[in-house]
Amino acid sequence: MFGEVTISILLLTGLGLLFATILAIAYKKMKVYEDPRIDRVESMLPGANCGACGMPGCRAFAEKLVGMEMNLVKCTVSSPSSVEKIATFLGIDAGGGEKVVARLLCAGGTKESSRQVAYSGHLNTCRGEAAIAGGTKDCNWGCLGWGDCADACDFDAIHMNANGLPVVDIDKCVACNDCVEICPKGLFTLMPTTQKLIVQCKSLLAGEEALARCSVACNACGRCAADSIPGLIEMSNNLPVIHYEMNELTSPVATVRCPTGAIVWLEHEKQFEDQVTSGLAVGQVDTGEFDEDIYYQ
Amino acid sequence: MTTSATLSFSHGVHPEYFKHLTDAKPIEQMPFAETYVLPLGQHTGAPSKALVRKGQEVRRGQMIAEPGGFVSVALHAPVDGTVTGIELVEMPNGKMGPAILLRTDPYSTQQLNLTPPTPPEEMDLKTFLISIQSSGLVGLGGAAFPAHVKFSIPEGKTCRYLMLNGAECEPFLTSDHRTMVEHPDAIVDGTAILQHFIRAEKIFIGIEENKPDAIAILTEKFNRSGLPAEVVPLKVKYPQGAEKMLITSIIQREVPSGKLPLDVETLVSNISSIAAMSYWFRQGIPLIERVVTVTGTAIHRPSNLLVPIGTSMQEVVNYCGGLTNEVSRILLGGPMMGMVQKSLNSPVLKGTSGILALTSREVKDLEEYECIRCGKCVDACPMHLNPSLLGLLAKNGLWEEMQDNYVFDCFECGSCSFVCPSGIPLVQSFRVAKGLLREQQAREKAKATAV
Repeated sequence: MFGEVTISILLLTGLGLLFATILAIAYKKMKVYEDPRIDRVESMLPGANCGACGMPGCRAFAEKLVGMEMNLVKCTVSSPSSVEKIATFLGIDAGGGEKVVARLLCAGGTKESSRQVAYSGHLNTCRGEAAIAGGTKDCNWGCLGWGDCADACDFDAIHMNANGLPVVDIDKCVACNDCVEICPKGLFTLMPTTQKLIVQCKSLLAGEEALARCSVACNACGRCAADSIPGLIEMSNNLPVIHYEMNELTSPVATVRCPTGAIVWLEHEKQFEDQVTSGLAVGQVDTGEFDEDIYYQ
Repeated sequence: MTTSATLSFSHGVHPEYFKHLTDAKPIEQMPFAETYVLPLGQHTGAPSKALVRKGQEVRRGQMIAEPGGFVSVALHAPVDGTVTGIELVEMPNGKMGPAILLRTDPYSTQQLNLTPPTPPEEMDLKTFLISIQSSGLVGLGGAAFPAHVKFSIPEGKTCRYLMLNGAECEPFLTSDHRTMVEHPDAIVDGTAILQHFIRAEKIFIGIEENKPDAIAILTEKFNRSGLPAEVVPLKVKYPQGAEKMLITSIIQREVPSGKLPLDVETLVSNISSIAAMSYWFRQGIPLIERVVTVTGTAIHRPSNLLVPIGTSMQEVVNYCGGLTNEVSRILLGGPMMGMVQKSLNSPVLKGTSGILALTSREVKDLEEYECIRCGKCVDACPMHLNPSLLGLLAKNGLWEEMQDNYVFDCFECGSCSFVCPSGIPLVQSFRVAKGLLREQQAREKAKATAV
């Protein structure tokens, strides 16, 4: 009886030791070297696995970073401080990327652009409405207002305001491109915050025809182009095109004579909460008096 | 193949047909309007390129825009008149697109003064196809796919069967029906022209059984034509007129997923397009007018009209006595697959088979409930998909999984939404999914080529 117990204990202990030795040897022999920095870098990344960098997840991005195959700027989600931390840790240049955010290129909410007929579908999304005759809004290019972008945003950076327009919280926006991709009208675009002059309209119509559909539409009068430094703004397809490679030459002058407020200068952007509650789109915010002397020098 | 047993496909639905509103009404010529709007992108493929300038005078039947590529066709002036501009106009699909605007010459007699091209019998295949392209011919069933592209049989493919689609399974519409009854000779002639190039072993003319007059007259005409043709009566069922259903019904072969009819050695063409081809080759008349069924319970005088392309829908509706007060929805095309319109501003296009005004009695507007897994949509789907599952996936935004469940085989016939007792917008969500998936694939492709 006693002997049997002893034998079993010894046998199992022996087997355990044997397998442990095999495993220990295998671990040494078959070990794949993995840069320990990858784990550290991954822990410093946001861990959202959003894919904005183009990699399947943060781990893959960390591997590329450590392998020096990718630029740290690609991660638009990281806060500047964690970018700084990773850069110091890896001893690389932080890239000094300027902050890029999503901007809505439409200011025609429910107040400004009406609907001729009611949309009575059950699919209450912008994509759903756009699938039926392009949506019921008078302006064919305008925001439909169901908030597909707000739903798509993983960072809670887009809220719908009372006027049926999405407002981007530029502090939270990480330029992940999700809103750009989901909007059926293609109204979002990613822009560095240093680009202050933007055209908040995509209507290709001109004059009365454009205004009949939306009171804040660009009516293609061309005043912004005429008032700016030559070559900065060009009228194309009834819309002003701002040549951002000359961004340092932009000024609020272009917005002064705009009859509809379609072109805006984002200097004193209101706080995100104010924009959501006021029901005003970004550009309709009071931009404050600008000092003409400075800009006409 | 016997004509005694009625041919059909499995699944499908039986909506109420309402064909009696217009099926006995002869085609009327619509009087000329004062202005015309001719969008450059009214066919599938690349938009046409305008050949005229503002202020230029054009003759009826003159080419005013040339094809903008291989998958594109020419566009012709429907009237003698003056070009008043090239502007963005509202299209029936809700988009804005460039269009040539014409003002009719009020003093013109609008006599056609055209010379037909070389007889097709003396042409080679390439000239024949180019000739069709320059006639502006597209499939008149609704998709407006350029006819010459369809008739170009790629290397390695054979065409044993030529099918003329006269099923017209959409409720309300009778434009193909009236064309078959009133212009059978043009159809036979057009078939002979096409057969000269295609050389199919057998020609089938598929017509639903609810058009006995069309079946009788075409059987008689084709029997005397000497073509290897057979008129096959089909069971009255929606969507019998869908290309793939028609093939299954007639030759009992299924077009594989993601493949074309030519992969089962078949070419399908709408029957009115065949008649239009005869007018082009024999009389030189390009596609400048088409038969449109203006119907519905909210139209005072439902009619079949021969409408010049580019006439505003408002004009057409006014000619038919206007809308009744009860109007609740206006569609371009049939009630199952037609495009909902938000106004009557857009013009009649090459692909417009009907203008339909419905009252709230026909418009089903159920409240949406949860899916109860009754399986009615599964029994209805002619493509044998699982709309119930696809609907749930769409609700949860699982687009890739929808693709794994063959959402791209869905051709949006609307049978599933039609039978759904819970009022779930199935087709609409599939259309959204397909749009999103296509965009995603285009982005991935662009990324791949960039690298």
